[in-house]
Amino acid sequence: MAKPLVATGFFTGCFGCHMSFLDIDERIIDLVELIEFDKSPINDIKEFTRPVDIGIIEGGVSNEENVEFLREFRKHCKILIAIGSCAITGGVPSMRNTVPLKECLEEAYLNGPTIQNDGIIPNDPDIPTMLDKVYPCHEVVKIDYFLPGCPPSADTLWAALVALLQGKEVALPYELVKYD
Amino acid sequence: MAGDAALVTQVVEQFGRDRGRLMDIARALHAKLGCLTEDTIGDVADALGMRRVQVRDMVSFYAFFSRRPKGKTVIRLCDAVPERMKGAEEVARAFEEALGIKVGETTPDGAITIEHAPCIGLSDQAPGALIGATPVTNLTPADAPKIVQALQDGKDIATLPQAEVDLNLRKPGPVIFAPMERGTAIRAAVNRKPEEVIAEMNKSRLRGRGGAGFPTAMKWDFCRKAKGNARYLICNADEGEPGTFKDRVILTECPDLLFEGMTVAGYALGAKEGLLYLRGEYEYLLPHLDQVLAKRRHLGLLGKNIVGCEGFDFDIRIQLGAGAYICGEESALIESLEGKRGAPRDRPPFPVQKGYKNQPTSVNNVETLCCAARVLEMGGDWFAAMGTRDSTGTKLLSVSGDCKHPGVYELEYGITVEKLLEMVGAEDAQAVQVGGPSGQCVAPKDFGRSISFEDLPTGGSIIVFGPKRDLLECMRQFIEFFVEESCGWCVPCRVGTTILSKQLAKILDGRGTRADVQEMEKVANTVKTMSRCGLGQTAANPILSTLRSFPGLYEARLKKDDFVPPFDLKAALAEGCAITGKQPVLED
Repeated sequence: MAKPLVATGFFTGCFGCHMSFLDIDERIIDLVELIEFDKSPINDIKEFTRPVDIGIIEGGVSNEENVEFLREFRKHCKILIAIGSCAITGGVPSMRNTVPLKECLEEAYLNGPTIQNDGIIPNDPDIPTMLDKVYPCHEVVKIDYFLPGCPPSADTLWAALVALLQGKEVALPYELVKYD
Repeated sequence: MAGDAALVTQVVEQFGRDRGRLMDIARALHAKLGCLTEDTIGDVADALGMRRVQVRDMVSFYAFFSRRPKGKTVIRLCDAVPERMKGAEEVARAFEEALGIKVGETTPDGAITIEHAPCIGLSDQAPGALIGATPVTNLTPADAPKIVQALQDGKDIATLPQAEVDLNLRKPGPVIFAPMERGTAIRAAVNRKPEEVIAEMNKSRLRGRGGAGFPTAMKWDFCRKAKGNARYLICNADEGEPGTFKDRVILTECPDLLFEGMTVAGYALGAKEGLLYLRGEYEYLLPHLDQVLAKRRHLGLLGKNIVGCEGFDFDIRIQLGAGAYICGEESALIESLEGKRGAPRDRPPFPVQKGYKNQPTSVNNVETLCCAARVLEMGGDWFAAMGTRDSTGTKLLSVSGDCKHPGVYELEYGITVEKLLEMVGAEDAQAVQVGGPSGQCVAPKDFGRSISFEDLPTGGSIIVFGPKRDLLECMRQFIEFFVEESCGWCVPCRVGTTILSKQLAKILDGRGTRADVQEMEKVANTVKTMSRCGLGQTAANPILSTLRSFPGLYEARLKKDDFVPPFDLKAALAEGCAITGKQPVLED
């Protein structure tokens, strides 16, 4: 039987959830036995090559490109898991949600203390257009599982992934989802 | 600001530099200055030897305190559900037009502010508003320009034809609205020992009228027996449950009966001081209440050695609130009485053990105390002969909404919803909200059920929904009310109510799916079971009870899809595109 395919992706966040994932240490050797990666920053495959079994995403949705890629993930993944605070609630980036986008951009590019001469709000077509707010992933596409944490620990990610691969319901012990 | 500092000192002195009277100090200063700025807050903190943040914390909590200057006159337009049913939104539009400002704004000359207010206790003559402290009722859009004109001409609002509050006492009953000679119940009480008074109350099987139905005799007994240096009686006249206005009628029609009951309770508890916590919206009732109290002191029914009974000293102080629904919850009310923000306390200890000033305190509803006076006059057996086995006596019902005869009805417990609807002229009702937003939405198949603690308990609010009413939209407005009134202390209530409001709005928009309904029910149950106080524990009731009684109403609005995102790409991109001059790349 072919190994299950896994894809991972990141949107607006700090990449910390992926770093936490790498923190599984020597279990990475088991991982290679268990799964095969498709699109993921871990192997630097940029586009989906085929439908995959499990998609793991971190980060919130703050611009048009995030929306596009998140929809791609939904289209290609049988199961989609949102991990970490940013994907689930918008996280730290969503602190800008209380300030109108125009004010944010003006402060950053026109009126901020480090602006020299006249600033300009970037409008190059290659730069994704920002959304009015940062959205959690589940408001944009259907999400099947949520793994909270900032970031979720390597043990949490490992336990969830292994359970899914074994076709079991993900049941995490309290220690893995308590954060105080 | 030096002038203000002098005023602050003067007001603080007037209340004996007592931090516990911060509510009165803030009220007095707000009345004089129109708002409580950061400077004033600092001055108050200095004068009372408190930290600035403590004062700011309290001031920021109450709807009637503003930290920015408002208009000289504030018009508070009630937007509770029964008011909206009678056209409150159109009236608000008319005021906006007449003044050239939006709700929440102040006219450029600083004369008038208009804002929304939750229920102000006038649902039987909706739509209503408070102009300053003066109520105006039965408003139509045509009234708005007239009222604005009168304000601009400097007329006394109280003389306007709209400034008329009808009593609307539709059916007086034998307990609350029968006549009683002043002092009768007090004399009946002091002829016995306090324990015997409580025993008589026990015989009556009187239960608290606020809605929770705790046996009054037991509460008094706990309070009397609890250890403390002093005992307090508090009367909860903070009826804020939308659609409730029974206390307004009691306080207008028979305040003597209430004060009689408070004095009896004071005797039974061994309390020297009684406090009447009057909701800020009822400020206009205060002068009359003060007069009644003065009269009773003059007659020897309050003060020292009451009715000649050596050593029976008791007096009553009225504390005005400042606009906060949560203060109807007894521990929040006590916090507010102590001059703090009205956040509920952890329980235990219960107020009967550690209440006001950490002393044993009995908090009783206005109607309960009136019943208590009558029990002493007529006897517990007389009282217990009315009503049902577990709900003795009568209950005041405040009926509003789609009915011919809105108003207050004093009825024996056990009356069915059907009989009540007949009486109020609403036989064609599609649903009845029993107990206000925090109560139950009852469907016609359940109209045979009875108003009582054992079946459908209520603090008194009955809102009737006629056949053409969009019931779920009314439920959404109820949820909106809880979003506004959540004190914010605990996450399930603060965050949960907002999530529920968004989820319900999505379904009502026709963009909801079956999964959305299931998710909403899950959140509703979390809010219900995990919230800290009664507000949160009942805030999801509008959704939970309609899911149970009217599943078809939800069903009819659902989409067949598995998932419909709440996210709207076009709307989310609009601002970014406008700023950068770019076009969206993605399609929906």
